[in-house]
Amino acid sequence: MRISILTTIAAAVSATALGAAEIAPTAVSFEDGAVSQSLTGVAGDPANGSEIVGDKKQGNCVACHQVSDLADVPFQGEIGPALDGAGDRWSEAELRGIVANAKIMFEDSMMPSFYKTEGFIRPGNAYTGKAADDTFGPLLSAQQIEDVVAYLSTLKE
Amino acid sequence: MTNLRGALSALIIAGTMASVAVADPVDDSLIINGETTLVTRTKAPAHVSDALDEVMSGWLFRGTETRAMQADDFDNPGMIFVEQAEDVWNTADGSEGKSCADCHGASSDMSEVRPTFPKWNDAAEEVFTLEMQVNDCRENRMGAEKWKYNGGEMVNMTALLASVSRGNTVNVAIDGPAQATWEQGKELYYTRTGQLELSCANCHEDSYGLMIRADHLSQGQINGFPTYRLKNTKLNSIHDRFKGCIRDTRAETYSPGSPEFVALELYVASRGNGLSVEGPSVRN
Ligand code: HEC
Ligand code: HEC
Ligand code: HEC
Repeated sequence: MRISILTTIAAAVSATALGAAEIAPTAVSFEDGAVSQSLTGVAGDPANGSEIVGDKKQGNCVACHQVSDLADVPFQGEIGPALDGAGDRWSEAELRGIVANAKIMFEDSMMPSFYKTEGFIRPGNAYTGKAADDTFGPLLSAQQIEDVVAYLSTLKE
Repeated sequence: MTNLRGALSALIIAGTMASVAVADPVDDSLIINGETTLVTRTKAPAHVSDALDEVMSGWLFRGTETRAMQADDFDNPGMIFVEQAEDVWNTADGSEGKSCADCHGASSDMSEVRPTFPKWNDAAEEVFTLEMQVNDCRENRMGAEKWKYNGGEMVNMTALLASVSRGNTVNVAIDGPAQATWEQGKELYYTRTGQLELSCANCHEDSYGLMIRADHLSQGQINGFPTYRLKNTKLNSIHDRFKGCIRDTRAETYSPGSPEFVALELYVASRGNGLSVEGPSVRN
């Protein structure tokens, strides 16, 4: 426990020191499911965020969520609630926490943890069905998470 | 604030549950060739009644045209493979010069077989899937080479054995010597695998009736196997389907015929006890 706090601090310090350094997936610090500190220190790009949310090969969030703002993206799923108004319901820090690892905010959630690299059972190499190799990384990069959070913050009713 | 958040997520959860409750399989009945009515939904067997009230065939979750294809043997592309297997059934093979028919009679005499598989085999002291049983006969009774577990000859033969059982009730035994295997299968069913951390239950128990991207989630029953899929225009075995679903959780899958898949098959089959055998079925 103490070690993980230390790593968090170390990562945070190096992020400030190096300017653009990222917070590693294992070093993110959650508070009530929210993550207040930017993972990259670089402001998110909402336009790219909206791409990621709708793209099957990136976030594929629409597999489970409807987003009226992305009406042109076909086949939106209904496993989770519609994301319309997410920017009203949640603060930026909460959205960052939900996208990085929703299971901390919502216990046992079906929503995948997008910024996590450890603790999986039989992790695979993407969709090949083969075992993960050393290219294994989080589902979304730190900047992609920031972009998605920036986009979700624009979803107001 | 924390309370507000709690209330919000409670609302969200209630919302999700509500849509599960209005899960929408169609209200339709499956009558094969205008003659045989199959049971496509029925009361859940006791061992799954804590999770489901009713068990439902995947047929109820498919579109009108796909459902119609399965209802008529002339339109069901899977029946071509049944015919091919019928020829094989009657053809001698292996060092003993015997055909399946030489020992078993007409394929239609096997109508009680598919509904009880997977089942415990005393001699081998393990649970046998239908594929394992067929290969056991080929190897040890015919002196013939084993077929590839999920290869064409095998999947065709399982289609023949399913077709002669159509309308009979799935009834696999989960107690006695098979119980440990069944427990292992149950464990696998509820394990959240892969980088997406999803279990069979997440999709097929908690979310059936809902859309996940373009797919209408069913209960993931196997009473309709093998399935002719419009997507790959061939018959698909049970273990191939399991493999695909696990792969889609970004996990390392198990292999067709592996002990894990045999256990999972017994467990999933038991969740369909009470449904009719309907293979070869048609799915998208
Ligand atoms: C496998 C399905 C699934 C996927 C994929 C998924 N989510 Fe979710 N998400 C859920 C579920 C279910 C909930 C409801 C929370 C719970 O589990 O109780 C949820 C909740 C949320 C919430 C909070 C609900 C609200 O008020 O709007 C946000 C925000 C969210 N997801 C964003 C995303 C984003 C962004 C992505 C893609 C990067 C994504 N989700 C991908 C299933 C999913
Ligand atoms: C030489 C005789 C012989 C031949 C040939 C033979 N079998 Fe069998 N088969 C048996 C016997 C005996 C059993 C019962 C074995 C047991 O219970 O372990 C059996 C059992 C089975 C069963 C399980 C029946 C049940 O009620 O559980 C299936 C299915 C089966 N055979 C399929 C085939 C197929 C398909 C072929 C041809 C590829 C074939 N058999 C060829 C002798 C034969
Ligand atoms: C991410 C969601 C998801 C998960 C997890 C998942 N499946 Fe599926 N499965 C699907 C979809 C989508 C289909 C195609 C539509 C349908 O029939 O539900 C499907 C189809 C099936 C079918 C075919 C049903 C039929 O009637 O033809 C079976 C059997 C099945 N799944 C079993 C499993 C098993 C066993 C597991 C766990 C190892 C599993 N699935 C995990 C999404 C999932």
